[in-house]
Amino acid sequence: MSARLTVWGVIAVISLMSVLFVPFSAMAWGVNYDYTLRIVALGGVLLGVISGVMGTFAVLRQQSLMGDALSHAALPGVAVAFLLFGRELGVLLIGAGIASWLAILFINALTSTTRIKQDTAMAIALASWFALGMALLTFIQGSGNASQAGLDKFIFGQAAAIVERDVQLILIVGGVCFGVIALLWKELKLLVFDRDFAQANGFPSRTLDLLLSTMIVVAVVLGLQLAGVILMVGLLIAPPIAARQWTQRLSQMVVLSGVFGGFSGGVGAIISAIDVNLPTGPFIIIVAFSLVVFSLLFAPQRGLVWSWRHQSSQQTTLQED
Amino acid sequence: MNYALEINDLTVAYHEKPVLWDIDLSVPQGVLMGIVGPNGAGKSTLIKAALNLIPRAAGEVQFFGNTLAQSKHLVGYVPQRGSVDWDFPSNVLDVVLMGTYGKLGWFKRPAKAERDRAMHALEQVSLQDFAHRQISQLSGGQQQRAFLARALVQEAQLYFMDEPFAAVDAVTERAIVTILQTLRENGKTVIVVHHDLQTVREYFDWVTVLNVKIIASGRAEEAFTPENLMKAYGGRITQFEGYKTSIIGAD
Repeated sequence: MSARLTVWGVIAVISLMSVLFVPFSAMAWGVNYDYTLRIVALGGVLLGVISGVMGTFAVLRQQSLMGDALSHAALPGVAVAFLLFGRELGVLLIGAGIASWLAILFINALTSTTRIKQDTAMAIALASWFALGMALLTFIQGSGNASQAGLDKFIFGQAAAIVERDVQLILIVGGVCFGVIALLWKELKLLVFDRDFAQANGFPSRTLDLLLSTMIVVAVVLGLQLAGVILMVGLLIAPPIAARQWTQRLSQMVVLSGVFGGFSGGVGAIISAIDVNLPTGPFIIIVAFSLVVFSLLFAPQRGLVWSWRHQSSQQTTLQED
Repeated sequence: MNYALEINDLTVAYHEKPVLWDIDLSVPQGVLMGIVGPNGAGKSTLIKAALNLIPRAAGEVQFFGNTLAQSKHLVGYVPQRGSVDWDFPSNVLDVVLMGTYGKLGWFKRPAKAERDRAMHALEQVSLQDFAHRQISQLSGGQQQRAFLARALVQEAQLYFMDEPFAAVDAVTERAIVTILQTLRENGKTVIVVHHDLQTVREYFDWVTVLNVKIIASGRAEEAFTPENLMKAYGGRITQFEGYKTSIIGAD
């Protein structure tokens, strides 16, 4: 019961910090909470929540590195979609999704047909896809296409580009993902803990795996314009790592990770909106990893401070004996 | 005779190297069977291939005369303890409840009836006081008993257990043996991948000796013989010596 209190306490603290952050940022940095910024902040929060929730499953499946490979691999897809169809966000994201998905197929094909191990295969995919993406971006820039301005924002992210229509898209896609998670909660939980046991009980592990991977790809691709391809993995894994320290239940971990992700995404988006040249990704990741450091230090049971105090109190007990 | 498990012409290959070769195996109902063989003999692979957890190159498997899909609720499974991450955010009761998921089917969540069954299974393995303990805080033996409880709530007719005795304490080993024997007394069939040759005659009434191929399978006294073990283990005398002393002790 006290564990549940801890989780609610952390959520209350984060909510309080969010409420205090608004007047603080307005006074300290002169942030103007006009309509545009409210949309940008809302987009940042929503993308952070989605990343935090989906990231929980990625981390528990020990696929953090897969998230990194996925996001880097998205870049050539963005470039090719731009070359073919021009600068339309939906199209760019579909291109990103296809490129990431091809990278997964490539990694799976490499590990199943050769003796190359998965981490090596992911490194190959990450480096080559990203290199191709950078080469294509250079080509686009050299071609003197005026509307290319902003394409390089995908590298480090640019929250300011989020408009109302993007927020609607994020809401719909995020809603579908959360609906699937709610409906298949017990199946996904079993899959992540013990996929062989799931399969032996008649739940097709490979299909569920594919479903979960697809939802993680969707979260990564949606988050790209916010955090950028290089740092997206941070927004995916930092919230669940922080959340894991405070709770011992999967349901609480998912909720808390969503809250941490939303806070990081929102704060990062608002800070980067101060100046048009500030990339969003680095600020989001700084906030998210501050939460990780704080959690690793101060969480009860698992936190370092807790275990030091626990150890020293045990030592004093021994000495008293 | 009715077979709990029938395997015909099963072959499993990894990178074109056969791990299991042309396996024919029939396990009668109501036996407690040990699968023994040297490291790399394909003991765990045999279980996983039968349960469709890894692809087969050839062969077919029947459970009580039916396919796995038709009889999945009759089949229980205890994977190797080391195959999962025990730092998963969950408590013991949650893990045991996973054994009810198969019968619940899609979408339905476990309710009070399932929780009662899970608590009963925890009592059978003497873990009732650990129901709300984090799984990361369990000892190796307690983890193994939690997995066994999860299999018990499956209420299956045929159980596959992958090395349940690996690196557990003596108390856990005794507890597991007692449960296995109770299962057999209740008419269940239990198939156990086993490592310790010295306890084979004591624990099992049916034995399969495996090394890529089936060397022998049948009643313990017929299959578990020095000749068959020599064929399976070859020159690995140290393990074999242990067996000889245990045979002398048993006779």
